[in-house]
Amino acid sequence: MPYIAFDGVSKVYRSGAREVAAVRDLSFSLERGERVAIVGETGCGKSTTISLLLGLTAATSGRVEVEGVDVYAHFDRLRGRVAAVFQTDRLLPWKTALANVRLPVEILGRREAELPVTPAQWLARLGLAGVEDAYPHELSGGMRQRVAIARALVSEPDLILCDEAFGHLDEVTATTLRREFLALTTGSGRTLLCITHSIEEAFVLGQRVLVMRRPGQVAAEFAVPPDASPTLLAGLRARVLETMAAVKQTAAVDA
Amino acid sequence: MPGGSRWRQYGASFVLVLVAWQVMSYFFPPFLVPSVPRVAAQAWRILTERDTLLHAGATFARILGGLSLSFVVGFGLGLWMALYRPAADLLLPIIHVIQGVPSLSWVIIAVIWFRDMESRALFVLLASGLPNFAIQIHDAVRDISRELWEMVQALRPTRSQMLRHMVLPAIVPEVFTAWKVNLGIATRVVIIAELVGSTFGIGYQLRLSQDLFNMAAVVAWTLALVLFAVLGEQALAELERRLLRWRPALGR
Repeated sequence: MPYIAFDGVSKVYRSGAREVAAVRDLSFSLERGERVAIVGETGCGKSTTISLLLGLTAATSGRVEVEGVDVYAHFDRLRGRVAAVFQTDRLLPWKTALANVRLPVEILGRREAELPVTPAQWLARLGLAGVEDAYPHELSGGMRQRVAIARALVSEPDLILCDEAFGHLDEVTATTLRREFLALTTGSGRTLLCITHSIEEAFVLGQRVLVMRRPGQVAAEFAVPPDASPTLLAGLRARVLETMAAVKQTAAVDA
Repeated sequence: MPGGSRWRQYGASFVLVLVAWQVMSYFFPPFLVPSVPRVAAQAWRILTERDTLLHAGATFARILGGLSLSFVVGFGLGLWMALYRPAADLLLPIIHVIQGVPSLSWVIIAVIWFRDMESRALFVLLASGLPNFAIQIHDAVRDISRELWEMVQALRPTRSQMLRHMVLPAIVPEVFTAWKVNLGIATRVVIIAELVGSTFGIGYQLRLSQDLFNMAAVVAWTLALVLFAVLGEQALAELERRLLRWRPALGR
């Protein structure tokens, strides 16, 4: 049984007589401990996929399962086991950096002393020692995203979802943060599913890259060999770009 | 604008008004435009005589008591409607209708329905304040950022955790705004109720002063109401400043 399974999933939004399919017949799976990246053009259903996997919205049809459990129907079963880092930091403005990182711990009702890494230690690991008492508006964008990452990791989740987590940062900050994030999450047995519009980021974060097309279907899949040479990565990049271009052309013809 | 500078601005404006008023008093009889010393004497009487202080205290107690009850019930109702759609579908239309009734109509209804002033004051305050608070709180909850809501929801909090960590802190700014707006409305409503149907309170004192053509007393009692409003607003602003220190300051 795969760890994550999307099985013929569709998500259709209805507004009056109008229907928009954000995702249609999406099927893919991840094994435990795997790192998968999803790339695709804007509006192809990537973020809806994350919302479905988080159980925040119900699929119109099909099943979204983690370890064989429907994530929407059994919403609380994933409590403490899944964490997400979004494109915007989504820090609660009325909580300090430390209080934001503590939030999952408080919700789970766990004591900080029981944690292998405390919230303050997570902030220190991410280079934020000294700003624990700062409010989000007092922090830079990069710092806020680090706090968001600390918040995601503090509860030691089994599954981490990233929805363009580094997308709105400048290239230098994004590269640094991506590297730190990878160092903190690999080798831990955690499963990682990342949405990104950057092919380079997909190769860095994923062992497997799925190319998504509208409306939320997997158009192609690419394996990223570990320690791949620059030449190999360049070839892979070209194939991904070709696929994305072909998908776009097909979509234009269908329209 | 820093606090001390703001008070200097208030003071300067007040002095300007006083000077203009005094100049006007030279051109009109005292029952139309009393001089500043006459008004000051009335104001001093209000502040130092037990009887007048009791009248003022009664009015302020009615305003604060009625408004507080309106807030408690309106807050609960607004929260319930925001979090439970069927409640909103059923109650919001009714609340909007009640909100549309003019305050004066509520005052007249209160005079007919209730014999004692306290019941009348409480009724008009609930009728005018409760719908406002309910709608303002409902809208505040509905306006909470969907992104923040989803982020917290993804952590699978219990309902009380969602309220404690997300909903209640998020709507604090709107609660203060609601109080500032409704304090002014409540003051006007209570004064009207006292004008029409009371023998105790500032509204009654205003009616008495009108009957005696005592313009100085009218102005003095009005200044008492203005002072109450200013102090109320300042108290709310100070509480807001302490509770919302997480909010970035606007402007330079």
